[in-house]
Amino acid sequence: MNNKERLELAKWVVQQAQKKGADNAAADLGKSRQIEVEFRNRKLDVLKESTQNSLDLSIYVDKKYSSSSTSDLRKDSLGKFIDEAIAMTKYLGADEYRSLPSPKYYEGRQDKELYIFDSGYESFGSERRVQIAREIEDTALNQSEKVVACAGYYTDACYESVKVHSNGFAGSRKSASFSVGLEVTVCDDKECRPNDFDFKTVRYIKDIPDHKKIAIAAVERAFSKIGQKKINSGKYDMIVENRAGTRLLNALSGPMRARNIQQKNSCLEDKLGTKIGSDKLTIIDDPFVEYGLGSRLYDSEGMATRKRIMIEKGVLKSYYVDNYYGKKLGWEPTIGSSTNSVYEYGDKSLDELIAMMGTGILITGFIGGNSNASSGDFSYGIVGQLIKDGKAVHPINEMNVSGNVLDLWPKLAEVGNDPYTFSSNRRPSMYFKDVDFSGV
Amino acid sequence: MSEMSRRKFLKTGSKGIALATIPIIFKANPLAALMAPGGGINGLKDYYEHFGVNESIISQVMATALEKGGDFCDLYFQNKISNNITLEDNIVSRASTDVSLGVGIRVVRENQTGYSFTEEITPKAMKEAAKTAANIANGNKTIKSVELKLHETPSYYNVDTRWEDVGIDTKIPLLQKINDKMVTIDKRVIKTQVYFGDSNDYVLIATSDGRIVYDYRPQTRIFAVCNAEENGRRENNYDMLGGRMGIEYYTPESLENLAISTVQKTVNLFEAVKPDAGEMEVVLAAGDAGILLHEAIGHGMEADFNRRGESLFADKVGKKVAEDFVSIVDDGTLPNYRGSLNIDDEGNDTEVTYLVEKGILKTYMHDKISARHYEVKPTGNGRRESFRHRPIPRMRNTYMLNGPHEKEEIIRSVKKGLYAESFTNGQVNIGPGDFTFYLKTGRLIEDGKLTRPVKDVNIIGNGPEVLKNMVMVGNDLKIDTFGGTCGKEGQRAPVTDGLPTTKVSSITVGGVSS
Repeated sequence: MNNKERLELAKWVVQQAQKKGADNAAADLGKSRQIEVEFRNRKLDVLKESTQNSLDLSIYVDKKYSSSSTSDLRKDSLGKFIDEAIAMTKYLGADEYRSLPSPKYYEGRQDKELYIFDSGYESFGSERRVQIAREIEDTALNQSEKVVACAGYYTDACYESVKVHSNGFAGSRKSASFSVGLEVTVCDDKECRPNDFDFKTVRYIKDIPDHKKIAIAAVERAFSKIGQKKINSGKYDMIVENRAGTRLLNALSGPMRARNIQQKNSCLEDKLGTKIGSDKLTIIDDPFVEYGLGSRLYDSEGMATRKRIMIEKGVLKSYYVDNYYGKKLGWEPTIGSSTNSVYEYGDKSLDELIAMMGTGILITGFIGGNSNASSGDFSYGIVGQLIKDGKAVHPINEMNVSGNVLDLWPKLAEVGNDPYTFSSNRRPSMYFKDVDFSGV
Repeated sequence: MSEMSRRKFLKTGSKGIALATIPIIFKANPLAALMAPGGGINGLKDYYEHFGVNESIISQVMATALEKGGDFCDLYFQNKISNNITLEDNIVSRASTDVSLGVGIRVVRENQTGYSFTEEITPKAMKEAAKTAANIANGNKTIKSVELKLHETPSYYNVDTRWEDVGIDTKIPLLQKINDKMVTIDKRVIKTQVYFGDSNDYVLIATSDGRIVYDYRPQTRIFAVCNAEENGRRENNYDMLGGRMGIEYYTPESLENLAISTVQKTVNLFEAVKPDAGEMEVVLAAGDAGILLHEAIGHGMEADFNRRGESLFADKVGKKVAEDFVSIVDDGTLPNYRGSLNIDDEGNDTEVTYLVEKGILKTYMHDKISARHYEVKPTGNGRRESFRHRPIPRMRNTYMLNGPHEKEEIIRSVKKGLYAESFTNGQVNIGPGDFTFYLKTGRLIEDGKLTRPVKDVNIIGNGPEVLKNMVMVGNDLKIDTFGGTCGKEGQRAPVTDGLPTTKVSSITVGGVSS
């Protein structure tokens, strides 16, 4: 089935749902195809191919709402599936805020080429996939005899989907992604097996990074952890490397969601228009980034996307507001969750930020921990490097960084010029002053 | 809803809303399935009919899977129906159902895995998937027809009523009852949510060594969330119930207790402070703190990490790793617990596996591949999220056996430390053994007494070190039936863990610098 046929089927599903008693309905039909290759011990360790089909059906009857999903897309099965979805919905409580978005939010959908599907995907051969995974692992194993375990990965995926709403929305999209990576464990002279990884995901084949360089970098990162130890608890300046930054940023974006605000579970309620971070913090939700991993012309509710400033020079400008919670709050919807997060980047590289910091902690990865959207408190395990006079002194681990969202972001002293483009969250490296660390 | 309208619905609709999705997947004989008494499928014949296969078809698919020289293969048929309903702002206004049906085909050559699946259970589609999985090998082989013999299993999760026979109208009042209680018992409560989930999971596993085995796996959970406000300060917390149970598990008393404990756990946080940052003695409360075992020791004892040389426990079997009074097991057999399994997802019997016995590391948790590698019997830990995933070694219910100490004695022994009670999540970094778990609630211990509550701090340690540093173990083992969900290599698995009160002489606690 291609997207054109899928669109016809989705329209049929929506019509059937209305014929069978739904006031409104939304149908999302999709197919994903994924191929995974993993190499270990210079052998093909895992070869997995999969194709999945799915229908997600949302039903609205008398202000009651349910969603159902199935992978059985045969019309006779779907007829029963719709009957049962409607029957289930009728048992639920009426909720005046449950409805499809107003069609006015479908309007203004951009007609842009986002470059999220590489037609070269169709002809990308299995042998090439296996070769990449093999070469990554080979390269890593050839680095040192102290590499005790490693796995080279290659994965690609293709997604096709259509969306139809009974109140006038129809859309389709097709995307692909290509991922290469390595996980590596090295041994030191003591009883420790430091490990690290590097994974890169891109939209186009031409952008797949040199996989041998990925292998070399991951091995170097693992070796740089030999001798890791914790240091004294206390306040330190902190730099978070770009690829590691999502956990801190999620503690900030969680309280910006309308659901958390409406459910009184947000430390950022009533903070719109106020300063919550330093001048260095500007976050833009940009759905139109070419080759972007989060790029889209309409969101998961069918609303036309547009670029919007979320935080500007530390001032909270917008929340992530979906249709349902927007109605509950009496607010206009924006977008339920981020597309691509882009930042106002600085002019310094990570090395220059480290030199600027002089002494402090460079965080290269987080482990565990969590945050409390209601209070803003967070506490995460970390690994990284102790920095003195702009130089790495020794690796550190088994430490926590703790604080509160409302205290942390005003301490953002500088951001790097290094957006992490292998994620929809294109964060730079970030430098903070005076953060609480617990160790010895 | 009145009984009358429920009956009316049954007559005009089907046996229940949850069942309502089932006819779609009864391909061979939908009417027979609908008419089957007391919950549908029970014997092998029913499972064959349910999935529209027979021994001959399975044998042909296996021949295709092994035609390039694979050592063995298995077929994992699965039909899972999951239902979720949500109460928010005092209304049950969201319900969702997911039906998944398919077969996963795995071919193993030495330690290597070829895997594919299809959502269309026809001989043609299965053979195509088998051909894909077969590509892990590159030789030629003619396979004798596999004769399948039914493997009998125990029943660790009998339920009175299968979830497919429970309508949504029966479930909704449970959520309302919890909510009604939560919103009335404390004026500081400002928002509540209740989430209810259940699933029916039917699996049929056929292996090329001639075993065929089936299993019905129920699962349910109720999750209550409370947000409260006092003097402008807001706190939230949650509690839950669940396990491999039927609806009979939820009694009026258990629901009321859930409501009360959720609110109590939330309002207690108004008194909470942050502990000082740094290393300290930590007493893990009986029960929930078993997450420490899961993260600090459990993952490192999964055989794949050891077979590949990634784990710090890779050369520790038979060695002393803890005090004599420390014994840790992974148990697939606890009746109705969330992590229990009659058989694992490779068709192996489950068991009580001793990971550490009297301080000595005994065995890893194995799937078939690692058991072959180590030349031991599989321990029944081969698990997968669904037919879309290959099996890998996973934990089930992981807990520490009782030790010689009294809880009061343990707390009394601590001058300044932390009493860790409930947790939300944890993580481990296998190679170095660093693990964390996030403390949602606990108390300070000052001069041998429990004092002020603490909350929202991460605890980080090193697995083998913490194992060595377990210096007192209580005699009050507690394991909750509902546990959590473990993630590994992109696959989720239901698990539980438990612990008696245990003192660890030093762990790093996230907090504020004094």
